[in-house]
Amino acid sequence: MSTVPSKAKAVVIGAGIVGNSIAYHLARLGWRDLVQIDKGPLPNPGGSTGHASNFIFPVDHSKEMTAITADSVRQYRELGTFTQCGGIEVARTPERMQELTRRISSGKSWGVPDSRLVTPAEIKELVPYIDETVILGGFYTPGVGVVDSLRAGTLMREKAVEMGALQTFANIEVLGMDVEDGRIKRVRTDHGDIEAEYVVIATGCWSPRLAKMAGASIPLTPAVHQMKDIGPVPFFADSRGDIEWPIIRDMDTNMYERQHGTGLEVGSYAHRPILYTPEDIPSNALAALSPTEFPFTQDDFDIQDEHSLELMPDIIGDENVREKYAINGILSLTPDGQSEIDLHSSDIARFREHQKTTFHVKARTAEGFNKTYGIVHPSEQYESNRNVRLSPFNDREKELGAVFFETAGWERPFWYESNSSLLAKFGEAVMPRTSEWEARWWSPIINAEHLQMRETAGIVDLSAFALFDVTGPGALALAQKVAVRQMDVAVGRVVYTPVLSQNGGFKSDLTIMRLGKDHFRVVTGGAHGMADKKWFSDQLPADGSAQIVDLTSAFTTIGVWGPKAREILSAITSDDVSHESFKFSTCKMIEIGSLRVLASRISYVGDLGWEFYVPIEQGAKLWDALWNSGKNHGLIPVGIGVYGTTGRLEKSYRAYGGELETEYNVVEAGMQTPKIKEQDFIGKEAHLRHRAEKPVTTLCSLTVDDHTSSTGEKRYMLGKEPILTLDGGPIIDSHGRRSYVTSAGSAPSLGKHVLMSYLPTDLAVPGSKFLVEYLGEQYPVTVAGVGSTPLFDPENGRILS
Amino acid sequence: MNVLVCLKRVPLAGSTFLLTPDSKDIDTKHLGFGISPHEENAVEAGVQLVEQMGGSLTLLTLGPTEAEEQLRSQLAIGASRAILLETDGEDWDPQATAAALVEAVKAEETQFDLLLFGAESADSAGYQIHIRLAHALGLPIVTNVKSMKIENGIAECERVVGTTREIYQTPLPAVITVRDGLNIPRYPSVPGRIQARKKPVDHKKPTAQVPKLEKVSLSVAPSNTAGAQVLGKGAEAVPALVEVLKTIGILA
Repeated sequence: MSTVPSKAKAVVIGAGIVGNSIAYHLARLGWRDLVQIDKGPLPNPGGSTGHASNFIFPVDHSKEMTAITADSVRQYRELGTFTQCGGIEVARTPERMQELTRRISSGKSWGVPDSRLVTPAEIKELVPYIDETVILGGFYTPGVGVVDSLRAGTLMREKAVEMGALQTFANIEVLGMDVEDGRIKRVRTDHGDIEAEYVVIATGCWSPRLAKMAGASIPLTPAVHQMKDIGPVPFFADSRGDIEWPIIRDMDTNMYERQHGTGLEVGSYAHRPILYTPEDIPSNALAALSPTEFPFTQDDFDIQDEHSLELMPDIIGDENVREKYAINGILSLTPDGQSEIDLHSSDIARFREHQKTTFHVKARTAEGFNKTYGIVHPSEQYESNRNVRLSPFNDREKELGAVFFETAGWERPFWYESNSSLLAKFGEAVMPRTSEWEARWWSPIINAEHLQMRETAGIVDLSAFALFDVTGPGALALAQKVAVRQMDVAVGRVVYTPVLSQNGGFKSDLTIMRLGKDHFRVVTGGAHGMADKKWFSDQLPADGSAQIVDLTSAFTTIGVWGPKAREILSAITSDDVSHESFKFSTCKMIEIGSLRVLASRISYVGDLGWEFYVPIEQGAKLWDALWNSGKNHGLIPVGIGVYGTTGRLEKSYRAYGGELETEYNVVEAGMQTPKIKEQDFIGKEAHLRHRAEKPVTTLCSLTVDDHTSSTGEKRYMLGKEPILTLDGGPIIDSHGRRSYVTSAGSAPSLGKHVLMSYLPTDLAVPGSKFLVEYLGEQYPVTVAGVGSTPLFDPENGRILS
Repeated sequence: MNVLVCLKRVPLAGSTFLLTPDSKDIDTKHLGFGISPHEENAVEAGVQLVEQMGGSLTLLTLGPTEAEEQLRSQLAIGASRAILLETDGEDWDPQATAAALVEAVKAEETQFDLLLFGAESADSAGYQIHIRLAHALGLPIVTNVKSMKIENGIAECERVVGTTREIYQTPLPAVITVRDGLNIPRYPSVPGRIQARKKPVDHKKPTAQVPKLEKVSLSVAPSNTAGAQVLGKGAEAVPALVEVLKTIGILA
């Protein structure tokens, strides 16, 4: 019996496509002494890789997913394991046709070549066995293809072995993992123990079980994807090789059909969500087929049979074309499979504890499963497992008719129905939307709240902020290392700073309050907070001179902004909150009634005001105090629709995940300061280089000149649309980056719809005209602002009043 | 020509399988279900006879509610209707099973010309039900049939016993049990599946006899874990391969 090496630099558990790819890429990056093990035999150990239908559609609404897909295809082509065949997403409904125009826009935004809309007749030409009368059209991508994933994995392993980097062992079962002092030490197997510095769990649907052995949790669940292979198909009798005909995605029925040799594979995401636990998956010996090919349950496929018959009656309706093979194939799905919001949507650090529970994973995966081919609105909300994190004033908000959206489990009011009376007051200034798509997950009340806040004041629930303190003698050094801006500031200063990766791209943007000589409080967005905390934690000094404490659930935050903010606050505090004694960008403890409150004078909405921090159990009392004082000054509740979109867009404030991401640098985002601090920080070298050169691209604010579509309806872009030249061509900077809308929303005080987009610096000129493509039509836009100069109140007179 | 085919829902196991904690049954938590392979030959034969001669093909099984899955799959291949004698999921002993089948056949208005079985069930292989049924109905029976021809109310059946071939003729109605080699069973088509959903399946409550046979326990035979043996690579492997082929009697 073979034994495994007793030591390794890294152990990769799993020899599916992921484990093989990781082993290969580590080897390419110079890692040596790698050991890969799998419980099953090679080349097909029995996981999802062995039964996957293996096709790749390059266009996704997510920029990150599109980029990962493009790189995967490039690698598979290099390995000679990719067969291009083209693919068509077909539409049976007008709603889907609109969605396909959105696909076209995403293809243009992310630079996927040659995708185009095709008519039923054109589809018939490409796929003669389709019944074109049941479809309205399609989205054709010539670059679609299939990969031989088992072959690709074998080649990657072989290359890593050739480099002298890797040893792979099959039929090795992991029995346990030893963790000492929070670090992985060894992997215990039935063929001996392996000491390792790093262990990679790449076991797909089994990974929760493996992670548990190391005391970690990987929030994914094994789920069934049904597939039926029928044949032989007379029409494919002369087919050579794996695939020659375009793959069809029948989007409205959540199904696909692909030729495979002389057969036709029919797959579905339409059936009820069928979820398992890793413990339900049998060993190779106990499984009738492979461990992840569960017995096919025909009942769940009955409707799918009829749908596929409608689309391809010549093949599927042929009595002599018979089922060759049918499985309930096991895939692993994450609870946020549909996430399009977080650009770091592949980072496992994104998950909070409640998001790792089996309950949450199952509920969200079940809800997301049938949206696999769904028309998912950019603001779409989950229905399951809500009300996990509630602010202390949640009851007050409900009474005010709050409409809640979820961020990292928090229920955040996006607008308040109690403000609907403001609609009449502001009339057309709320920029009402007549099209259902743009009115979905939106309300004109958001714009009414915005306008009223600019007249009087608004109170905003900011409980979802992630807060953590950095303390200890090494706190300043840590803050300096992570933050671009100078952190050796007076106690009581509030610093808004970019956080960079080594290459000078954005890791985050956040606010740091200096609360003491050795005490900093980091305030960042709820969605990205976990990843920010991990980034800080990763930089902690080894000598223990600094600590990080998560205070997200210890403090709650309320914001009050508007011209009346000072009057509202003055009425309930004895502290001096005048402009002179409580300057912008500072924070201090003040008393509000019986509460000691940390007040921070900053603004993300462009008006005078403060963020107030109190222990979470005192939050309701603080809310009541501000609310009661505000009654005399026209205070209204204001939702995140204003805070996150309209208020910030008018002020050209950037958002992480929208404008700010690793692909762009500080100078391109227009966030460089005149001076740079002496102290070192992560990304400094790159940042200095970026400052020295002329930026390739520059972030701009554009306004839409004419919203009228060909049908005479006013349309409002929602984000991610391509920005085009006046003749409809793409705009690409010298680094190959395309211009697309990074954020979009109303600017009610300006009466405009504002789009942010990077533009090649030569084109980033105020007044320049371009087009934006939205749902298949093009609309004129004008550059209104270049760099970070706000469109509204450019002198910042309101904030500094 | 009215044909009846009797089926049994059986688990489809991998290279090994688990037993339940009391060792009385196969643990089916990881397993799918099908019918015994020889029964697939019986259904195929029934479908072909009805295609050639007209009439009807009826399926009959005794088993849990879930056995309807197996009936629907065979209806998709071409049977006309099915009868499910529903149990609470416990395996019935051969005597009780046969009595229930007899009761169901007698209750049928249809006079069956041919009652087909697989030679044995894939899980328990009792080789009893068909004989008991034939006896109870006073019908002739031919077992283990690999070839069958029906003309003028006479079935001519060929069975293989060791190295000899036996050929029998029996008048219909008769019970015939079949095995692999009789035909190549077809798989369902999608239109077949869709039609099968609309075909009638009668659920009946059979009379349960007190079991006379008690299953005490099962044990899993030790499997040959040696697995595949690599004889060599390329031309070098030829002599070793020839040896193996001689040993198993393929080469002289």
